[in-house]
Amino acid sequence: MPDGGDAVLDVRGLKTVFRTRGGEVHAVNSVSFHLRRGELLGVVGESGSGKSVTMMSLIGLLPMPPAEVRGGEVWLGGRDILKIPDSDLREVRGAKVGFVFQDPMTSLNPVFQVGFQIMEPLIRHMGMTKAQARVRAAELLELVGISDAQSRLDSYPHQFSGGMRQRVMIAIALACDPDVLIADEPTTALDVTIQAQIIELVKDLRHKLGMAIIWITHDLGVIAGIADRVMVMYGGQVVEHGPVKALFADPQHPYTRALLKTVPSLTGAREARLQVIEGQPPIMTEEPRACPFAPRCAHAFERCDVENPRRRAVDGLPLGQGHDVACHWEARHG
Amino acid sequence: MLPMLRPRGRTMMLDAPAPALVQVRDLKMYFPIHTGVLRRHTGDVKAVDGVSFDIMAGETLGLVGESGCGKSTVGRALIRLYEPTAGSVRIAGDDILSLAPEALRRKRPEMQMVFQDPQASLNPRMTLAQIIGEPLIEHSGLNPTDRLARIYELMDQTGLNRRFANRYPHEFSGGQRQRIGIARALALNPKFIVCDEPIAALDVSIQAQVVNLLEDLQDRLGLTYLFISHDLSMVRHIADRVAVMYLGRIAELSPRDALYARPLHPYAEALLSAVPEPDPDREGSRQRIILQGDVPSPANPPTGCAFCTRCPKVMEICTTTRPILAEVEPGRQVACHLYPSEARSNQPNSRHAAPSGSTGGGSSQHQQHGV
Repeated sequence: MPDGGDAVLDVRGLKTVFRTRGGEVHAVNSVSFHLRRGELLGVVGESGSGKSVTMMSLIGLLPMPPAEVRGGEVWLGGRDILKIPDSDLREVRGAKVGFVFQDPMTSLNPVFQVGFQIMEPLIRHMGMTKAQARVRAAELLELVGISDAQSRLDSYPHQFSGGMRQRVMIAIALACDPDVLIADEPTTALDVTIQAQIIELVKDLRHKLGMAIIWITHDLGVIAGIADRVMVMYGGQVVEHGPVKALFADPQHPYTRALLKTVPSLTGAREARLQVIEGQPPIMTEEPRACPFAPRCAHAFERCDVENPRRRAVDGLPLGQGHDVACHWEARHG
Repeated sequence: MLPMLRPRGRTMMLDAPAPALVQVRDLKMYFPIHTGVLRRHTGDVKAVDGVSFDIMAGETLGLVGESGCGKSTVGRALIRLYEPTAGSVRIAGDDILSLAPEALRRKRPEMQMVFQDPQASLNPRMTLAQIIGEPLIEHSGLNPTDRLARIYELMDQTGLNRRFANRYPHEFSGGQRQRIGIARALALNPKFIVCDEPIAALDVSIQAQVVNLLEDLQDRLGLTYLFISHDLSMVRHIADRVAVMYLGRIAELSPRDALYARPLHPYAEALLSAVPEPDPDREGSRQRIILQGDVPSPANPPTGCAFCTRCPKVMEICTTTRPILAEVEPGRQVACHLYPSEARSNQPNSRHAAPSGSTGGGSSQHQQHGV
């Protein structure tokens, strides 16, 4: 398991289950990771891989029921926040963890002015007066690159473009100076040129504020450009994890390797035919006893069907500190 | 009965140094804006504002651009799912925009569409066999036995298991639903298919499956595609030539390799530089062009060049005079004042007189079969 060290967030063995009419869905299975101060952790996976549910469940944002966090620990600021009362958790969500969602249109309230929505957490969590909060809100808007901030405070969300709305969302998430910013597909709904703007902004903010960021995405390109470490998720578990350069240069898990090959290149040689990962991502109706990727894996052998592989280090470093993979197949020898 | 419906695409391709299968000239699609109590017509959203291009038989033309640039509107106006405001469209010889309703209905089998969202474009109350069979009932006059045979044939072609013929769309995954949409589009042996963001709603690992299917079908049936997408790396894979749109107009139309190696229009350059690549070393060293601001409203586009408000290379002329799309290198058309060309110096009257007869038709001949 990742040791604490200078980790601002330490997640150990997190398990989340959804109870549906069709039975249970094991969305998150024993996910462990940590986040160091000032670091950007990229989380990659397809829809249903459990990447969003992991982040939502660790700060209690999932509706329960149907969701149920069935195990694990989440250490943040010296406390296991899975075991604290709801009122304290609300404090954690506002002040320690900021969240930026995928769709800036639906996550801003259309009937309130943007300024009010930025001021709300400041008044609630930081104990500011209205006047103080307004000054701070204008500063925040400037920080995220919105010009003429003072007058923009009185605008409504529909008066902003998609990219501007996402800047407002980031301003709200940053309002209380959080230790951890969780960004769930923050640029997926945006056009590439606007995405480039937002990525530049986040790089710049990291530099200025030094907060730790978790960036969830399905886009390997975005991750390659901004992350320090990458965690690849599939079927509700971490299948590979490591420093960004090592992971892209020498991917170990057959899924990671296939994923990197299935995306056509913008500049490299143009492939006559795209590499395909056959089949569908799984729906985990029970706790997995086998490797969730085995049915689609080109390297699967008998053991993969009977034993869910544990994460093992591939570079000799302690687990979680370096490059690790959850796979029975040894890429180096295969 | 079936043989009559057999695809003719492949043989047709070999026969002829034929003219372009699809010819679009100065296509305009304005959506009126009504305001006030009296709902008076006070303006237009110029979603498509004078677009011209050709697509050769068997070719795939990629149409890229950001949301709101009008690329999907072009696709829909082209096969008259919208009634275009002005312009002309010829598909396999017929002037689509002037066809009478019944003639248009009979023309429909030749031109089909694959939609972005397979969830929304399939009727949830119809089984797979009903969905794929509906165009056959409407247009082919096959008897039920032959129809079922044809449905099975289409399911085989698109990689759908025959056993699922009586299931409903919600029982399928996104990738499979998109296969159903493709099977329906193929049912009547079309010559030309508009693929409107067919992979945008799919997961990365499923996208390649659908793109490979589209390519296989093109090879086998000699199909011609207009492939609309915002995914520039996928367009590089599938398209022979690529048109880059910005605010209702084409900024650049070039052969694929030339465009990706050396984009000429500053917008095409910025767009390509904004695409992140899954390679940390390259990403670390890459010089990215970050465009300032947002796309202007198509209801009130800037005078002159549509891109002049954000262009890093803007000149004085750009804010006053609209650049027309003209050939600046063999096979490459660009609408930008940075590239002087004969066609552009004949301005301003030539734009409507001979919009692109000289450009669209001429240049695309160079790049007929890029495959």
